[in-house]
Amino acid sequence: MPNAKPDSSSAPTRSFQGLILELQRYWADYGCVILQPYDMEVGAGTFHPATTLRALGPKPWKAAYVQPSRRPKDGRYGENPNRLQHYYQFQVILKPSPKDIQDLYLKSLYAIGIDPKNHDIRFVEDDWESPTLGAWGLGWEVWCDGMEVSQFTYFQQVCGIDCAPVSGELTYGLERLAMYVQGVDRVYDLNFNGRDGDEKVTYGDVFLQAEQEYSRHNFEHADTAMLVRHFQDAEGECKALLAAGNRDERHDMALPAYDQCIKASHVFNLLDARGVISVTERQGYILRVRELAKACGEAWVRTEAGGAAAKA
Amino acid sequence: MPDLLLELFSEEIPARMQGKAADDLKRLVTDALVKAGLTYEGARAFATPRRLALNLTGLPARQADMKDERKGPRVGAPQQALDGFLKSAGLASIDEAQIVSDPKKGDFYVAVIEKQGAASEKVIAAILPEVIDKFPWPKSMRWGAGSMRWVRPLQSILCVFGPETEETATVPFSVDGLASGNVTHGHRFMAPDAITVRRFDDYAEKIEKAHVVLDAARRADIILHDARDLAFACGLELVADEALLAETAGLVEWPVVLMGSFDEAFLDVPAEVLITSMKNHQKCFSLRDPRTGKLANRFLLVSNLIAEDGGRAIVAGNERVIAARLSDARFFWQTDLKTKLEDRVEKLKEITFHEKLGTQFERVERLQRLAREIAPLVGADPAMAARAALLAKADLVTEMVGEFPELQGLMGRYYALEQGEPAAVAAAIEDHYKPQGPSDAVPSDPVTIAVALADKIDTLTGFWAIDEKPTGSKDPYALRRAALGVIRIILSNELRIALCAAPLKIEADLLAFFADRLKVHLRDAGARHDLIDAVFSLGNQDDLLMIVRRVEALARFLDTDNGANLLAGVKRGTNILRIEEKKDGRAFDGDPDHVLLAEQGEKELVNVLDAVVHHVEDHVGKEDFEGAMAALAELRPAVDVFFDNVTVNAEDGRLRENRLKLLNRLREATLKVADFSKIEG
Repeated sequence: MPNAKPDSSSAPTRSFQGLILELQRYWADYGCVILQPYDMEVGAGTFHPATTLRALGPKPWKAAYVQPSRRPKDGRYGENPNRLQHYYQFQVILKPSPKDIQDLYLKSLYAIGIDPKNHDIRFVEDDWESPTLGAWGLGWEVWCDGMEVSQFTYFQQVCGIDCAPVSGELTYGLERLAMYVQGVDRVYDLNFNGRDGDEKVTYGDVFLQAEQEYSRHNFEHADTAMLVRHFQDAEGECKALLAAGNRDERHDMALPAYDQCIKASHVFNLLDARGVISVTERQGYILRVRELAKACGEAWVRTEAGGAAAKA
Repeated sequence: MPDLLLELFSEEIPARMQGKAADDLKRLVTDALVKAGLTYEGARAFATPRRLALNLTGLPARQADMKDERKGPRVGAPQQALDGFLKSAGLASIDEAQIVSDPKKGDFYVAVIEKQGAASEKVIAAILPEVIDKFPWPKSMRWGAGSMRWVRPLQSILCVFGPETEETATVPFSVDGLASGNVTHGHRFMAPDAITVRRFDDYAEKIEKAHVVLDAARRADIILHDARDLAFACGLELVADEALLAETAGLVEWPVVLMGSFDEAFLDVPAEVLITSMKNHQKCFSLRDPRTGKLANRFLLVSNLIAEDGGRAIVAGNERVIAARLSDARFFWQTDLKTKLEDRVEKLKEITFHEKLGTQFERVERLQRLAREIAPLVGADPAMAARAALLAKADLVTEMVGEFPELQGLMGRYYALEQGEPAAVAAAIEDHYKPQGPSDAVPSDPVTIAVALADKIDTLTGFWAIDEKPTGSKDPYALRRAALGVIRIILSNELRIALCAAPLKIEADLLAFFADRLKVHLRDAGARHDLIDAVFSLGNQDDLLMIVRRVEALARFLDTDNGANLLAGVKRGTNILRIEEKKDGRAFDGDPDHVLLAEQGEKELVNVLDAVVHHVEDHVGKEDFEGAMAALAELRPAVDVFFDNVTVNAEDGRLRENRLKLLNRLREATLKVADFSKIEG
């Protein structure tokens, strides 16, 4: 049952932040570690090391967190009712995926006000692949009354490494879900804080200006020569850290190296948005990021959290 | 006789995989059972989004007993041979083997292995884990901490076996820790509780009560009927879509069709765009007004739930999503209209057609030239053809085609009409891709024909130039389809085009590919392949229409008495000639010497031949193949008389040579119409 009362300003059906709070409470009650967003620019919640790296190795792991996600190419100068270059994902990772993971997910929808007795909830085939992370999995996009509200994936491979055990990943598109439960057609009209009248703060109040400014940056002004250098720097630093972290069987700098991989990936997305990458170059950049991700994954499984046996 | 019920209950199976999975389950289980000696009377398999089920009826209660005799080494054979025999026959000592005497070979050992048939239950329990383990899903996955693979996590296995009326028993087995049982579940939301099952009858009945329609065909039927009823009640009709129907039937266990509507203003966007958007993104059916044929501002969705509020929330939710989707589509339409098609052509430089064949822009430049040159051959205005070719690919860089690639061509036509292009140009933009498949219509408008031929010929010559020809079953660029398209366009429009001459300039190797495709095409249409060979064998055949005319005339001719007899005579003569040519290691060309014509039969033939060759050439020159065949028929009496009265291999060498020259003339005469040696019979 939803914890907040329907008329409370923090009810998930009334405020954007209430929706986040409710999901956090729900997954905290299940035993997840509730993390804060990763402090780097990423394209999706999956990039957070709490998903990418923790999905590797034998150790069980349960975590949930909000992740601001940046897709520079999706910017629309604030003019599109539901397309954003910066938006929020709510990410849950359960390793190994529990037998009742679908039920757990459905109950979380109930908690935020979506009753499956009145809403048509469907699991529609969707194979997930991240070429830059060297990752793929099978699962579904979850539809609620015809709208895609979540991605549901059983990771099979991450960083080119087979996942065993397999993690179940749930990604909620928070803005869409909020628009749905609040009955709003334009993302900027979402009630952010659940208050009315003068006290009401909308999603537009918080983010519209940012969308306009970042769209300008992403499409028109980002310095491409600098970005190309940054890509090379991040790539070089990632490789250097991977080399420096080698300790015989073990590795002791997988996480800092992976940060550089994330950075390279985001810089690539910016370059892509600036339209300076040709089709053939594009493939080359993706492969270079994937090589970094694979090397980081291989380093991670040689760390303690990655499951490497403690040194005698 | 006992029955078997198997149900594999899982998380949601992709709709497109369900049908084949049900068939595979039936085939794999029945094959394995039959191989183990268990036959059955009936088998039926079913699939829903969450389960595969198999009902097998009329199985025996146990396998038949088996007795197998295995012959071993002779008595007194070396110990090594005896040991090998004992091991292979599963005997502990040689005393267990029988000794059989053979009058020729002496005494030898025979092991009699008697195997009692196992209870069917045991056989089934042994077979099923293997079937599940090796199930041929197009894509499968692991989950949790297990190692088993299934399309999505497998949650339970129901397997019961027993007589039709009495109690049945669970067939006990397990797969990666998942044990079989006699329990299943109903609809995910409407009846999630456990259901205990004894056999198929009560299974089907109980899960239907639990809101699961087991049979996919029935789910499709329900959807179709309810959709038609709902449409009819509003004075509308359903825009039929078989693929969508099958897909929606694979997305629900309990179909509930609901109607929603959208803002009429969206109807300004072309109907195909709205239909495609609703279908691709939302799996919704479109509706139209049967009187005007125009799209209505309504849609049908197939939900999986009898909602407590009667579906109000579901319809409202879907309407919002549809409205967002359609406003995207309208945005694409309006944005696209702001840029003229010719102004988009420059952007085709960014689209690679093929790494080695350049961009779509370069291709369009070639298409323009080629279409302009082809135009006079097909009765099209060259300027119109070039214009259509210029615009033919421009819609590839529109927003709409970027979103819905299947609308390529069609959008080009809409945009062309909107910017005031002539109807023939607009039609050519849409139809130059045709014919795509064997059932697709063949273009008949001259401008379209010119662009369609240019498009296909450019593709073929391009891929031939970079040596990317189809091999075996691999034809990634659909070159066979392109060649067949050219053939169908030429034949159905009765076009006279010499493929090897300008402007097409097709080279020998590609022409041979056309010849092959033409053969397949004509064979499919019922023509004799040997007649096609007989015409192609003439060489220099690059006018497809004439080839076909010749084959048809030849077929009719050979159906007549004269034709059949002449063929027999010519073949006889050609055979003799071939043997003698081989014997002497030389050809017998050159005119026969009239002085050496000794017999009346050969004199006759020479006279007739001269006249006939003349007539045949005359008719062939006028492309009158019927006439040429009729002229050839004049040879028949003389040929008959020749073979009745004249000995070719005369003792006098000069006579023999002269007669062989005569036969050579006869062969040459028939080669004016076809190579008779390729004709069977």
